[in-house]
Amino acid sequence: MSKTYYDPADLRKFAKITEWSEELGHKFFEYYGKVFEEGALTAREKSLIALAVAHTEQCPYCIDAYTKDGLQRGVTKEEMMEAIHVGAAIKSGATLVHGVQMINKVNKLDG
Amino acid sequence: MGKLKTQSLQKRHSDLANTNKQLEILSNGVFANGELPTFKNKISETNQFPLKAKTLEILQINVGYMCNQVCEHCHVDAGPDRKEIMTKETMQQILDVIKTTGAHTLDLTGGAPEMNPNFRWFVEKASKIGVQDFIVRSNLTIIRANKKYYDLPDFFKKHNIHVVSSMPHWTRGKTDKQRGEGVFDMSIKALQELNAIGYGMPNSDLKLDLVYNPSGAFLPGDQMAMEKDFKKALLEDFEIQFHNLFAITNLPISRFLDYLIASENYEDYMYNLVEAYNPMAVENVMCTNTLSVSWDGYLFDCDFNQMLELPVNSKAKHISEYKTELLEGRNIVISQHCYGCTAGAGSSCQGVVA
Repeated sequence: MSKTYYDPADLRKFAKITEWSEELGHKFFEYYGKVFEEGALTAREKSLIALAVAHTEQCPYCIDAYTKDGLQRGVTKEEMMEAIHVGAAIKSGATLVHGVQMINKVNKLDG
Repeated sequence: MGKLKTQSLQKRHSDLANTNKQLEILSNGVFANGELPTFKNKISETNQFPLKAKTLEILQINVGYMCNQVCEHCHVDAGPDRKEIMTKETMQQILDVIKTTGAHTLDLTGGAPEMNPNFRWFVEKASKIGVQDFIVRSNLTIIRANKKYYDLPDFFKKHNIHVVSSMPHWTRGKTDKQRGEGVFDMSIKALQELNAIGYGMPNSDLKLDLVYNPSGAFLPGDQMAMEKDFKKALLEDFEIQFHNLFAITNLPISRFLDYLIASENYEDYMYNLVEAYNPMAVENVMCTNTLSVSWDGYLFDCDFNQMLELPVNSKAKHISEYKTELLEGRNIVISQHCYGCTAGAGSSCQGVVA
């Protein structure tokens, strides 16, 4: 058994998920590949979105993968950090906006 | 220009200055224990072994390893301390051969080719032979390095030279990290000078192309997308124009191999190269239509094999022995570094191949 839950080398084995459920695995990778193709958004823009989401999801594999992907596309470290702030802002905003629910509840119970 | 980025492996007396050591690393580890297939086994899967030389199209001449820069990832291990310089006698032998081959492209590289004292003599002679495309791989900063080089743009123009120059990124930080402090600003100035006399302008016959190679342990992205980003940024920020961008993969040899090992990226990088292997790229890999000539006149399948001291598999080993029939159809000498030219859309000195 590995000593940690996450082994960076496991990322290379991602394709193995297909082995125990071939049709669904293939469909997933086909979909995944299509999503990241150049479309209404450039592949570069999609890469930055993926990097931000990788952080909000706190997925170490995705962070490794999309940091490298960004570098390959010429994305600068400043752009990467700004993208992560977008993710962080949405995360904290999503927390804080629930404060309205708290306010509503307080007002109802104790207003 | 500020201080040099690093020192050559030779100057540092690094183990990797020995090419046998480099070849040993490339054959051991993940390739010896079967984790990854050797390049020979990989191309054998698609019946592409042995790779064979086709008709010669590109003659690439390395006129010396001396350079005014010491870039972090240089596969030549070039620098100011390197004294290997092509002599006029070898240049004359090359001129004699160019006249007899049907090669459409003559490609001068280095080091900084302009630092060879006979560079201008050679260009003047060679340009009269009438090859279709005469490339000089200029590092740009040489144009601004010393007064004696200030007129190089005009010299290039006079001889209709196709200028191909390295530019790792459109930002100062990433460029200087790889190529040395101050390189970006000097390169920008040199590009502006080249533009001013017509190089790189839309519809101009004076060709100016840029070479992008990654600044770290990752592969280059899509060449067309990178070209678009480079063009937009250089035009907006510096009013610079150029024709094409060639995206070149860093091959795991020399200073880049040293960097990969020191940064503990070697294994991952080799995995990346093997995973990105594209048999379509093998079809057009540059060693099959190129011949590389070293500063002392010896023949190699490519500039990378030259740096690994892997000579051509032919009875003709030296430019003075050149005979088309001895070189055409020869088996290309390969090792694991060749994965660098077959990853993704492929990589060559002229960019992608597939």
